[in-house]
Amino acid sequence: MSTAAKKMNSAQAINLALHDAMALDESVVVLGEDIADREGGGVFKCTAGLSTKFGTGRVKSTPIAEQAIVGAAVGGALAGLRPVAEIMLMNFTTVAMDQIVNHAAKLRFMTGGQTHVPLVIRTTTGAGFGTGGQHADYLEAWFAHTAGLKVVAPATPADAYGLMLSCIFDDDPCIFIENLPLYFVPGEAPEPGVRVPIGKARIVQEGSDITLISYSKTLHDVIGVAKELAKEGIAAEVIDLRTISPLDMDTILASARKTGRVVVAHEAQVDFGVGAEISARLHKELFGQLKAPVARVGAARSPVPFSKPLEAAFVPTRERILAAIRETLN
Amino acid sequence: MSETQQPSKAVLLDIYRIATLIKRADDRFIELIKAGQIASPYYSPRGQELIPAAISVNLKASDYVVTTYRGIHDQLAKGIPLKPFVAELLGRATGTCKGKGGPMHVTHVASGLPVTTGIVGAGLPIANGLAWASQLKGTDQVTVVNFGDGASNIGAFHEALNLAAVWKLPVLFVCQNNGYAEHTKYEYGTGAATIADRAIGYGIPGVEVDGNDAVAMWQAASAAVARARAGEGPTLLEANTFRFRGHLMGDDSHYIAKDEMAAAIAADPLPRFRAWLIAQGHASDGQLSDIEATNAAAFEEAVEYALASPYPDVSELAKDVVAEGAQA
Ligand SMILES: Cc1ncc(C[n+]2csc(CCOP(=O)(O)OP(=O)(O)O)c2C)c(N)n1
Ligand SMILES: [Mg+2]
Repeated sequence: MSTAAKKMNSAQAINLALHDAMALDESVVVLGEDIADREGGGVFKCTAGLSTKFGTGRVKSTPIAEQAIVGAAVGGALAGLRPVAEIMLMNFTTVAMDQIVNHAAKLRFMTGGQTHVPLVIRTTTGAGFGTGGQHADYLEAWFAHTAGLKVVAPATPADAYGLMLSCIFDDDPCIFIENLPLYFVPGEAPEPGVRVPIGKARIVQEGSDITLISYSKTLHDVIGVAKELAKEGIAAEVIDLRTISPLDMDTILASARKTGRVVVAHEAQVDFGVGAEISARLHKELFGQLKAPVARVGAARSPVPFSKPLEAAFVPTRERILAAIRETLN
Repeated sequence: MSETQQPSKAVLLDIYRIATLIKRADDRFIELIKAGQIASPYYSPRGQELIPAAISVNLKASDYVVTTYRGIHDQLAKGIPLKPFVAELLGRATGTCKGKGGPMHVTHVASGLPVTTGIVGAGLPIANGLAWASQLKGTDQVTVVNFGDGASNIGAFHEALNLAAVWKLPVLFVCQNNGYAEHTKYEYGTGAATIADRAIGYGIPGVEVDGNDAVAMWQAASAAVARARAGEGPTLLEANTFRFRGHLMGDDSHYIAKDEMAAAIAADPLPRFRAWLIAQGHASDGQLSDIEATNAAAFEEAVEYALASPYPDVSELAKDVVAEGAQA
């Protein structure tokens, strides 16, 4: 049965994935602040209906205690559950960093493979709402830097659904990065039950002149820029990473070999970021074959500012993405 | 000890002046947001005004106040100058933080407002550091740190109370217990019967007070401030209150029972305090109206100033990240 004509947004897609996973496997449990229906089903409604359908034993609203949330998810995972922990905003993962980095990520290795930690940490972020310095950071590079964690950042409702299922049924800890503005953007509805593999990028559009790599919200800006380029006769290949770690180097390398020019764009800071990792790997594999250095576009090197004009300049605007592309093309 | 102490008429009127200035600011901010002049989440302190008003009259300019995203009441009570305050909420270059901090993070060091955090519980450990510095320098400064009931469930609260107890720090831990943490009702998220009870575990005084009663609030605050100034250590003050305007603007409070909300609004502490001041002969209706009018005029002047102020230049993004001249 095809649902291709149906539309839904990412918040609905995530909600659907959680429903489907919980129905499929009773070891799937969900916890986080205000996530149960008594508290409104999550501040962004991603968990709406779950506690009513599956009960408050499996779907638990928690106190404001991120360390306790992730710790309970780690313990539950060690004992056979598949917890999906919601950390309301990505900046609040900092409060739980010990549980994430020292425990979730490392226990498989440190126990010599006796245990593993199949949990998902769902979290969201993104600038543009005037939330200032402590509510809108993209911290994916921190997690990608940690061996033992998988990091995904879907840009479409269908990928959000399919990657959520994959992450829940993966046997290692996954950081699942959502984006605030994207929650409300409709897209093609996912096929029920269809999983999107972790570690597999998607070629959004093919092209031979330049490779544009992005993920999460910035992907949509990159697609917009690519459309502008097409009017000038420049054929950009656009890659949606979908998974940040492990990186799909096969897809990236094949495209870079073809175009010889690569721009990486993300909302996170440029310095020491995902773009740096991709650039280093490309220069190692294709040294001397690239027609231009790999370019990176990202947020300004500052905390997220409050004031509107500063916030607008902080994020990687289409103008800045375009400027980096032009420089790479020349 | 000081339970029997009574605030003077001048102190009571000052508490009224501050509380009504806060209400005025809150009303106007909501109008400005609706008019599209402020584009940000906004966390109204409506209903909680008397708590910082009654605390602040016990403080000196050099004392520190640490607060949260729901903090304009604490900032106004500490005496933040109105013009740069409003400009900060509007993201202007003339704001106390040059527009970089915004409504959730208004600070003004010159007013003794060094930290306003958006991270639940984060202010408490930082307050300890401020107080430690005062202790080392031998000043008699006191640090007041404000937070909500929900914040008492995060690790930082517990670590900070214990440290302050062991180091005998001059800190007032002020829990403004409005009964809800976002959409979570107190008893669904908090195991202790009262927040004040939690002080027992750290060996410090835990005092529960009606935060909507100006006199009781003043008495509890003045005792705790005196204790801290005398070097006797920290106090956990639980001020019971209610928030009338949801967690943040746009929140319809659907998770609060209608009769609970109606009862709270019927007991609105500001009109109650006003009527009490008149009944006790502390002020006439006209005098209180004059205070309100003076507040309104001063606040309007600040709004006009802020609206006429420029936005920061984009070059500001690269400034203040690290010290001038250093590389970020
Ligand atoms: C560490 C952390 N977790 C979650 C949040 C999201 N959050 C913001 S305010 C809030 C509720 C706080 O409740 P309470 O401490 O009672 O203060 P109130 O808002 O009622 O003043 C939550 C969960 C946050 N800002 N920081
Ligand atoms: Mg509260």
